[in-house]
Amino acid sequence: MQPNINVVSLVSVGRHPQSGRARRAEQDGQAVELGLKLAGKALTVVHAGNAQEPVLRQYAGMGLPSLTVLAQESNCDALPVLVSFLKDKPIDVVLTGVRAESGESSGMLPYLLAEQLGWSLVPRVADIIGVQGDEVELLLALPRGQRRAVKVKLPIIASVDNAAQEARQTAFGPGLRAQFNVLTVESVVDESASRWQINAAKPRPKRLKVVKAKTAADRMKAATAKPMGSGGKIMKDETAAEKAQAIFDLLLEEKVVR
Amino acid sequence: MMLDWLPPTLIGVLLVIAAIGAVRRMNLWRAGQAEKVDALAGLLAMPKRYLHDLHHVVERDKYMSRTHVATGGGFVLAMVLVVFVHLFGIDSKVLAWALLAALVMMFCGALFVYKRRMNPPSRLSKGPWMRLPKSLLTFSITFFVLTLPAAGLPIVGKLPEGFGGWLLTLVLSVLILMSLSEMLFGMTWGGPMKHAFAGALHLAFHRRPERFDGGRSTGLKPAVLGEASHGVAKPIDFKWNQLLGFDACVQCGRCEAVCPAFAAGQPLNPKKLIQDMVVGFAGGTDEKYAGSPYPNIEVGNAKGAPNQIITDGLIHPDTLWSCTTCRACVEECPMMIEHVDAIVDMRRFLTLEKGDTPNKGAQVLENIIATDNPNGYAPASRTHWAADQNLNLMKDVRQADVLFWVSDGAFDMRSQRILRAFVKLMKAANVDVAILGDEELDSGDVARRLGDDATFQSLAKRNLATLSKYQFNKIVTTDPHAFHCLKNEYGDFGSDGLLSISGESVVVLHHTTFLNQLVKDGRLQLDTFKGGKVTYHDPCYLGRYNGEYEAPRELLATLGIDVAEMERSGYRSRCCGGGGGAPITDIPGERRIADMRMEDVVSTGAELVAVGCQQCTAMLEGVVEPRPVVKDIAEILAGQLIEEKH
Ligand code: SF4
Ligand code: SF4
Repeated sequence: MQPNINVVSLVSVGRHPQSGRARRAEQDGQAVELGLKLAGKALTVVHAGNAQEPVLRQYAGMGLPSLTVLAQESNCDALPVLVSFLKDKPIDVVLTGVRAESGESSGMLPYLLAEQLGWSLVPRVADIIGVQGDEVELLLALPRGQRRAVKVKLPIIASVDNAAQEARQTAFGPGLRAQFNVLTVESVVDESASRWQINAAKPRPKRLKVVKAKTAADRMKAATAKPMGSGGKIMKDETAAEKAQAIFDLLLEEKVVR
Repeated sequence: MMLDWLPPTLIGVLLVIAAIGAVRRMNLWRAGQAEKVDALAGLLAMPKRYLHDLHHVVERDKYMSRTHVATGGGFVLAMVLVVFVHLFGIDSKVLAWALLAALVMMFCGALFVYKRRMNPPSRLSKGPWMRLPKSLLTFSITFFVLTLPAAGLPIVGKLPEGFGGWLLTLVLSVLILMSLSEMLFGMTWGGPMKHAFAGALHLAFHRRPERFDGGRSTGLKPAVLGEASHGVAKPIDFKWNQLLGFDACVQCGRCEAVCPAFAAGQPLNPKKLIQDMVVGFAGGTDEKYAGSPYPNIEVGNAKGAPNQIITDGLIHPDTLWSCTTCRACVEECPMMIEHVDAIVDMRRFLTLEKGDTPNKGAQVLENIIATDNPNGYAPASRTHWAADQNLNLMKDVRQADVLFWVSDGAFDMRSQRILRAFVKLMKAANVDVAILGDEELDSGDVARRLGDDATFQSLAKRNLATLSKYQFNKIVTTDPHAFHCLKNEYGDFGSDGLLSISGESVVVLHHTTFLNQLVKDGRLQLDTFKGGKVTYHDPCYLGRYNGEYEAPRELLATLGIDVAEMERSGYRSRCCGGGGGAPITDIPGERRIADMRMEDVVSTGAELVAVGCQQCTAMLEGVVEPRPVVKDIAEILAGQLIEEKH
């Protein structure tokens, strides 16, 4: 646990992939878990939405004495109320999931928050090692279990990757007894979202990956090895202009820019 | 004799000390939570409960039951008469002779206690219990000699006056002090004789009076939800009569001898558990415990106090999670102590308050909450198994004779074979049957045994709401766990409100019971079974929980099968290891319970073991081959079905 750092975990209402029922969102649960590790009982957990939502008790059941709810209707945008809640507070770390399990699920919330608050954004955090002075040292989750250690100036917004510590079991009793601080906020109806028509997504069929490995060791390699791009090149010593030119050429080549 | 006053004084003083001890002990029990009992009826029924119900259990060990009748009966009678003859000094030859007779009886009994203690089996506690036969003998001999003059056999009187008589009285007094300390002082201040005092009251104020007179009461009591804490955290969170019950334990170790977790080397011993409960509410350590420990846990380090959290230093949570809730201990306990209630009470605290269910526990509970089945399958796939079964859905027909409760076996390919076999039999017998389909939810069995009574209660209420939409006469299920919940535990949430088509209350049946009725009614034509030797494994939740031992055996008999019984069968059946969420919490031991059960099967020489439970099937089939084949009774019957040709 870190003394004297203010940590806020943002939580949303998740959705079980099989039953479609509301649940504690996995990554948000992990954001709370990481928050508890950093700040213990001093952690602030915030939800923007309906204070009556039973799922919030599942977060509270992780041992939170209280939970803050920015009360608003489900058709309102979470961003503005969160910005006004976080702004001007002495907060060091805000933890979110990478993307929500329901709603737009665009994964944009942490980016927009960081943009509007002017804080650093650290995506896909696996763990936070500690805070020294005004810097925080964290581990980013990279594919295939790799980690990258980075140091970032506080305050930050960090999205928590699935690779982070799993959320602890939620207990019924403490969840039931947790205090809810329900704040009235000026919410904004998300006009554009209300015009959208939402359909269930169908998983796209996956292309079969034919592995021509002869031995188990080869198959293991095929399953775990980093895909080795043949085309790319590493530019370290070139000038910034040369690097930019290389990126621009690639974008042209891939028809991203026309 | 100058010291004539000494024996009566001693008796009087010890009686007073015993009375003080009794009050003290009662206060310890009263620190528990309130629980209503019918005190008067209980006290009046107590002698009958002792003579009939308790003895029914003790009787399983003939040696001990006779010994106990002689010793215990002799002692109680003798003690009453001692008070009249020696304390009040009533001069009556009849009383004195009666006292002599009682003492002789007690003496004979005590000799047998002594004999058993010469080479005691490992399940018996040693320590002060080894002293008990000697105290019993001393008591009977001392008072015999002391009573001789009153009976008109003045051997003592003939002894020289003065020093001789004085010395004899003194010696007798010392012996009185020794034996009465054990019998009276020990009874209320925590010696082995405590079992007589606490045991008698425990019988009177038992939390499940339905168990007496041959009744059965196996459903767990619902947890009260929404209070400041859930489940039992500290000894004083138990009901007062549960505490009293713990105190009644005679440390006979019968529970230990039958406990599958203990035999598997998991850290559980039901006898030690009950003794630890006593340590908890009386305060202190387990240093003086003189029986078998929890496997691989040293005795002497456990500390407890009435107000101290039990899992903080008294009992390791693994002990509680090792239990399969098989009820073998409860069935075997001569004092009718309720181990399983206590264990689940404490699990409730761990799950509902601490959020600390081991291993897969948390995930299973989360799945049940989010999908109504333990493995997190899509609820909409619950009826996929029946795609080719042409079964009516209640939603469509709204009424049927039989509601087939499918249970979560619907999601498991092995269990589906049992389900299909049962459907085949019902079709052959032209049963008017319907299923709930996707409206059915997990029965809540696993959630409840894992201590999550909130989830159990939610499932029970939602299932009952579904059931009450339709009309049917019977609920039949192939899963003894669901059977137990529906039959014995949903009652607390209003299952009595379910009415059959004709307006009577709905009956819940296990498929073996139901199939047996069909066979008896001649609705199933079955061929004789020509395979090899067959044995039958009684599922705990069918047998001990619901008393159904006969129907499965009768069904096998109709196939011409002469069941080769295992040594542990019927009410003594050994658990397969699959109950109580044990495969989920998966506490390590030295052996697997299922392996031990399969050894039981193998020792009968059977090639096929018949079961009546999908969980038992899964556990026993999980034993490595080569081993006997495992089949549900429905599968065996379906294999012998003579189908009419059209
Ligand atoms: S709990 Fe019952 S069976 Fe076990 S030792 Fe005590 S009295 Fe005997
Ligand atoms: S219920 Fe079964 S497993 Fe649990 S303590 Fe009793 S005998 Fe052992």
